[in-house]
Amino acid sequence: MLNASLQELASALADKRISSVELTRAALDRIAAENPRLNAFVHVDEGGALAAAAAADARIAAGQAGPLTGIPLAHKDVFCTADMPTTCASKMLANFVSPYDAHVVAQLKKAGTVLVGKTNMDEFAMGSSNENSHFGAARNPWNTTRVPGGSSGGSAAAVAAGLVPVATGTDTGGSVRQPASFCGVTGIKPTYGVVSRYGMIAYASSLDQGGVLGRSAADCAPVLTAMAGFDPRDSTSLERPAEDFARDLDKPIEGLRIGLPREYFGEGMDDDVRAVIDAALDTYRRLGATTVAVELPNSKLAIPAYYVIAPAEASSNLSRFDGVRYGHRAADYTDLADMYGKSRAEGFGGEVKRRILVGTYVLSHGYYDAYYLQAQKLRRLIADDFRKAFEQCDVIAGPTAPTTAYEVGAKCDDPVQMYLGDIYTVAINLAGLPALSLPAGLGGAGLPVGLQLIGNYFGEARLLSAAHRFQQATDWHQARPARASEEEGSPR
Amino acid sequence: MSLELDQVKHIARLARIELGPGEAEDVLAKLNGIFDLVEQMQAVDTSGVEPMSHPQELYQRLRDDVVTEPDRRDAFQRVAPATEAGLYLVPRVIE
Repeated sequence: MLNASLQELASALADKRISSVELTRAALDRIAAENPRLNAFVHVDEGGALAAAAAADARIAAGQAGPLTGIPLAHKDVFCTADMPTTCASKMLANFVSPYDAHVVAQLKKAGTVLVGKTNMDEFAMGSSNENSHFGAARNPWNTTRVPGGSSGGSAAAVAAGLVPVATGTDTGGSVRQPASFCGVTGIKPTYGVVSRYGMIAYASSLDQGGVLGRSAADCAPVLTAMAGFDPRDSTSLERPAEDFARDLDKPIEGLRIGLPREYFGEGMDDDVRAVIDAALDTYRRLGATTVAVELPNSKLAIPAYYVIAPAEASSNLSRFDGVRYGHRAADYTDLADMYGKSRAEGFGGEVKRRILVGTYVLSHGYYDAYYLQAQKLRRLIADDFRKAFEQCDVIAGPTAPTTAYEVGAKCDDPVQMYLGDIYTVAINLAGLPALSLPAGLGGAGLPVGLQLIGNYFGEARLLSAAHRFQQATDWHQARPARASEEEGSPR
Repeated sequence: MSLELDQVKHIARLARIELGPGEAEDVLAKLNGIFDLVEQMQAVDTSGVEPMSHPQELYQRLRDDVVTEPDRRDAFQRVAPATEAGLYLVPRVIE
């Protein structure tokens, strides 16, 4: 049942073929069976989930159900939840319970979803492999020696392994799309400002955006609809009319102009990734889309600019963790400065410290113009590239990541190698555009490859439609990793 | 550009992160790798380009100057490492 689409689940719930309690029980059982090897969840709330499921069943019985009522889901542990811990996968917040719900959490609660737990991530969403978690790396369900991607690696692994049908994520430089690509699920990051950041623990505020990971575009759409919307508590939340992101799912694809940036098809992409992407583009042409070459000439500057802007904003945002109002406080210290220094040294992991230090440096007196201001000027050039490209096309397509999922440990000692894996994703955050990753096939080692579709501002419905049409014509989104439970049940 | 060990120690002091014995050297090596990458930015002439601080060119919203939030001091202080009588406790700063 957990393999069914959200639409099938909603109709099964409505027809009383299954109850939300049964569905939730099934999710909890799968988590109990699989989490020891996947480490996708950092917290599971069995009692709270079953109570929420019973309440959802009552709503359904009363005829008050919406499309998501009774659906089990998980939140990335970056979203504040009043009912369970919120750790950001950091020692700093290992014992933190938020006094309030994030806007996204409240919206999805209102929609009747059943929160089963919180998913693993890179500490404070800083990382591309999930290895920077205080609780240890989540593992890729396709091959548990591989990383699930990051930073929303736990959410991607949980959806890919069928532990929950959908999960939330956040995307600052690719943190929804890259793990979606590595784990073979669909993940969308909307236009900056569409989803409220209230209660979403901040990493880089001008880039952070909440998103969804699910098995298909059709599953992501209603969840995004429920999450999105104006929230006065986020000063950058956009005042726009409510949108149904599923409205265009069944629109025909004929005439869709897909831009192919020269820079996304050059050196650096693995051959098996290229083969899958080329085949996916052929599928789109067969479905009636046209492709056109476009240019994003400043693409190679996106990584340097991102790794100045994001750490700069992080150094400012993470100054709030000082051991005074919440979070870890060192046991022994001599004075206030010593307490700050030791609490932060003990509470933060290596990558978080590095980004805070880089950010502190680029914002410091004498270096601001050369680094931070220069990065913001490049950001303008990068956004202008996209603006020009969208004069020639409706969506832009390319790989989500240059490789498939790599081995745990392969890059964790070399931050620069890790950063270079973000080559196709960070520019989208700098520009503030919406983008998604959809499973497009399997690479050489039998690991999933994601196709990235980038939309113009507020083009989410169109992106989801383009992904849905592909998923109507192919079944890559239904490919599943071999399950531990099936392995156990195989013939003796 | 290449950072020196003293600079790393200075930045760490500014960031209020204590570096343990030997840690500064490892941090220095990794930061220099990162700055080598970042240095590519300097090759681009950006004179006349307006810096972009934000994806949407927004003005800050104004709202009426009225109370919107209830007093939740107890709930917020429950997660603090040390409080007393509604105050956050820190080591003595003024003798």
